[in-house]
Amino acid sequence: MSLISSRTNNLSWMIGGAQGSGVDSSANVFSRACVLAGLWVYGTREYYSNIKGLHSYFEVRVSDKQIRSKIDEVDLLTTFDAETLIRHAEAVRPGGGIIYNPSLVRSDIRKVDTLEDNIVEKITGRLVGQGFTPNVTGLLDEAKRRDIQLFPVAYDQVISQTAQKIGETQLSKVSRIINVLAVSASMAVLGLDVNYVERAVEAIFGAKKKVIEMNVIGAELVYNAIKSIAHPPFSAKLAPVENTKPRMFVAGNQAVAFGKLVGGCRMQTYYPITPASDESEFLESHENFKLLDGYSHDGQGSIVVVQTEDEIAAITMAIGASLTGTRASTSTSGPGFSLMVEGMGWAGMNEVPVVITLYSRGGPSTGLPTRNEQGDLQFALHASHGEFPRIVLSSGDMEECFYDAIKIFNYAEKYQCPAIHMVDKALANSNMTILPLSAERALIDRGKLILDGSNPQDGGTPYKRFKFTEDGISPRAVLGLKGYRFWNTGDEHSEIGHIDEDPENRIKMMTKRMTKLETAAREIPDSEKFNFFPASKSSADVTIVSWGSSKGAILEGMELLRRDGIDAEFLQLRLMSPFPTDSVKKTLSKSKLIIDIEQNYSGQLASLIAEKTQIEIVNKILKFNGRPISRDEIYDSVRSTVKAPQENERLVLVHGA
Amino acid sequence: MALKLADVKTDLHNDWCPGCGDFGIEASVQMALTEIPVDINRVVIFSGIGCHGKIVHWTNTFGIHTLHGRLMPFAQGAKLANPDLEVIAIGGDGDGYGIGAGHFMHAGRRNIDMTYIVHDNQVYGLTKGQASPTQGLGEKTKSLPEPNINSAVNPIMLALASGYTFISRSYAFDSRHLKETIKRAIAHRGLALVDVLQPCPTYNDINTKDWYGGEDRRDEKNRPIPRCYDIEKTTGFDPTITPEMSIEEVEKKTLKVIELSKEWGDKIPIGVFYQNERVSTYEDRIADRISTYKQAYPAKQTLAGKDARPTVDLEYLSKELLIS
Repeated sequence: MSLISSRTNNLSWMIGGAQGSGVDSSANVFSRACVLAGLWVYGTREYYSNIKGLHSYFEVRVSDKQIRSKIDEVDLLTTFDAETLIRHAEAVRPGGGIIYNPSLVRSDIRKVDTLEDNIVEKITGRLVGQGFTPNVTGLLDEAKRRDIQLFPVAYDQVISQTAQKIGETQLSKVSRIINVLAVSASMAVLGLDVNYVERAVEAIFGAKKKVIEMNVIGAELVYNAIKSIAHPPFSAKLAPVENTKPRMFVAGNQAVAFGKLVGGCRMQTYYPITPASDESEFLESHENFKLLDGYSHDGQGSIVVVQTEDEIAAITMAIGASLTGTRASTSTSGPGFSLMVEGMGWAGMNEVPVVITLYSRGGPSTGLPTRNEQGDLQFALHASHGEFPRIVLSSGDMEECFYDAIKIFNYAEKYQCPAIHMVDKALANSNMTILPLSAERALIDRGKLILDGSNPQDGGTPYKRFKFTEDGISPRAVLGLKGYRFWNTGDEHSEIGHIDEDPENRIKMMTKRMTKLETAAREIPDSEKFNFFPASKSSADVTIVSWGSSKGAILEGMELLRRDGIDAEFLQLRLMSPFPTDSVKKTLSKSKLIIDIEQNYSGQLASLIAEKTQIEIVNKILKFNGRPISRDEIYDSVRSTVKAPQENERLVLVHGA
Repeated sequence: MALKLADVKTDLHNDWCPGCGDFGIEASVQMALTEIPVDINRVVIFSGIGCHGKIVHWTNTFGIHTLHGRLMPFAQGAKLANPDLEVIAIGGDGDGYGIGAGHFMHAGRRNIDMTYIVHDNQVYGLTKGQASPTQGLGEKTKSLPEPNINSAVNPIMLALASGYTFISRSYAFDSRHLKETIKRAIAHRGLALVDVLQPCPTYNDINTKDWYGGEDRRDEKNRPIPRCYDIEKTTGFDPTITPEMSIEEVEKKTLKVIELSKEWGDKIPIGVFYQNERVSTYEDRIADRISTYKQAYPAKQTLAGKDARPTVDLEYLSKELLIS
């Protein structure tokens, strides 16, 4: 069965090319053109850990309503090199289309040296097995047999025509327009006016007048060339829709950065690491920002972003900043977080609010530096020696990335402990259209912070930074505040903060710290701990449990499942520490069938649920090939599991190139 | 009101070994605190891990006893978030030249306006006497099973190579010299290193108080000839590098620092080796990019109004991502 009912304003487009050749901007121009036409997009980016030369590709899904996941099928594959065609031709659905460069038809698959041996073997085997030649011609013949429409685009010719038109004799100065040519050719096939491409080009290249000029000329040439050739109408279409509301085209790491600024983060430390550094760089490029009217006495707001010598310095510098009453954070990924654990323990011991944004990528070790995985949940929960309270919050979409980046500072300051915000690479590096982010629902809660030194405690009882209290939380003064002198130490300490190894004090101090986790569990509302998406009828056929970036694919997969008569409910866990044990227990104890869906090998959330609730989730759908989970994979695998739960206890998803 | 020594001491029991050089450093730091023109409420002392680390508990200022080797990033984070603080980092030789050597170096590249005092006794005291990074090759302090297999690092040269703009050395039991050096380090605008030679009476039986004092060598009147000599007093050496100096002069001075830093053994130079006033501080560099930094630094900014609403104009900020 085809999963797509109508292919007008409902399609998936793919473009690929060598890293560094401008594929990013192609996808950007394509996406922006679609958004300008009133459509919604969801774009995912796949790339090697490499700067120039290796293959990267983008998939952009376009729809007339908001979309939140990737799908497996490709409607139109746009290529200008041989490698993209070789790698992805198979992903194009029957009846879809391929745009290709006719001068490459004789390219031998075995001679593309950036292709891995096993891929060469697989593809040549497939072609030869069907009686095709092991080159691009063979691939195109295979595509034709699969009813795929082929669109040759003579890029070289268009580039020389463009050069001629603008009076440029050096072709190499014009050749980069190939990216926009590919987009324009795509729009010609899909039927969206070239004017949208031109507007997108203008928006993206901004002040670079000459670049805009050559791209626009080339775009029109290629657009008209395709339009002038008669071919049967293409099976998928784009058409502008009326959309008066402004929308935001945002990547996960940008949403986090906005959240941090709104949430009051004024110092960010980081050591370069994929996929976390984008956020820090974005923050640095917005280090000065405007404040709302009424706060202009500060002139402007600002954030100090410090690139440190390593992640050990990143976390400890953020902690030092936090001691002054500054909202401070650091952003990293698994390998960097590994280096942060000792510092985090110190913050736990000294009850310092510090925020760690943990972008999850494929591990262990260097792992898959540019690919997606949710392999660090248990690590985030247990990192560092000894026991101390920590907050762990995970985001599932762009809006959550934004709001959670605000909330996590409130949690950190209210409960005076390290707070980890988990974001998957699949969110960090995906771009999508959303309604504009708004600070309207955002509130700043700094907990028991003392910033005002007008009521000094000197002379009477000395200020006790670690005063024993009912809720475990002590009034927190900041460095430099008169009358509130305090001491910190990584050693066990007294209420004042001096080293204290007394066994009785140890019990009281340990209990005080750990009590904060209970306080947090009690105070944080359920609405911030998890999302529950009910089934359409009163009793669901299946309960899906998941977290993080799988959210979008699951929600959209559920819609498809419903059409098949499978009514699913979905429990999206957000707060992992303190864990909402009672609510999860209550929800899951009523389930007919529970499926745990995670993008890791072992089902780390399922382990956490078992640990906390004693509910063992038998059925798991897991993906750990480094590629994000798709809506179609959710649909297929949940369907198989519901039909035969016993035969499908552990399904491993494999889609993605 | 001038502070007295009692004002800057806590009444906690001090548990360093009797005769430890740490006492000399503690006394000099505290005396310096009573003499500098700084509001004591703004002073924050950071320490690392090792015997030295407890100094913050004996001293009555904000005191942050951090992790082994990490005091510098902790301290720099606090200073950048609140440049109005007077930040003094006090570490050990294992702490700063060993496990924290990376931070030592990069702190130099930043040149944040703060002071870094290093207790340098050539051994890891708190773990019972292993060789620290400043112990010489082939030396065998008393708890080493075998002579030290590593060469010593040269803190003065390391600091110079890293970009410290104030590099000095003093001796724990020369309180007057140490106190004055610390005061000059605090007054210096930029990152100031004070490497403090100190005996460890328990584990270092080579570089003892008697050894530093030169009890083993006597002049004609049978007076000991101390090993440390004050480079500025004795030789008239001027460590200052001013903005007006020519490149050649700077070069010459820098080479002299290297030359002096290599002296060890019978003659150990102490004093200020290098004071470079040409280099901008990290705070200045931030202020070049963030014009409001010095008045509205991170710790001073208003994050929310009385209604707890954030003060940031998100609509304006996110304009570049809006498409309509």
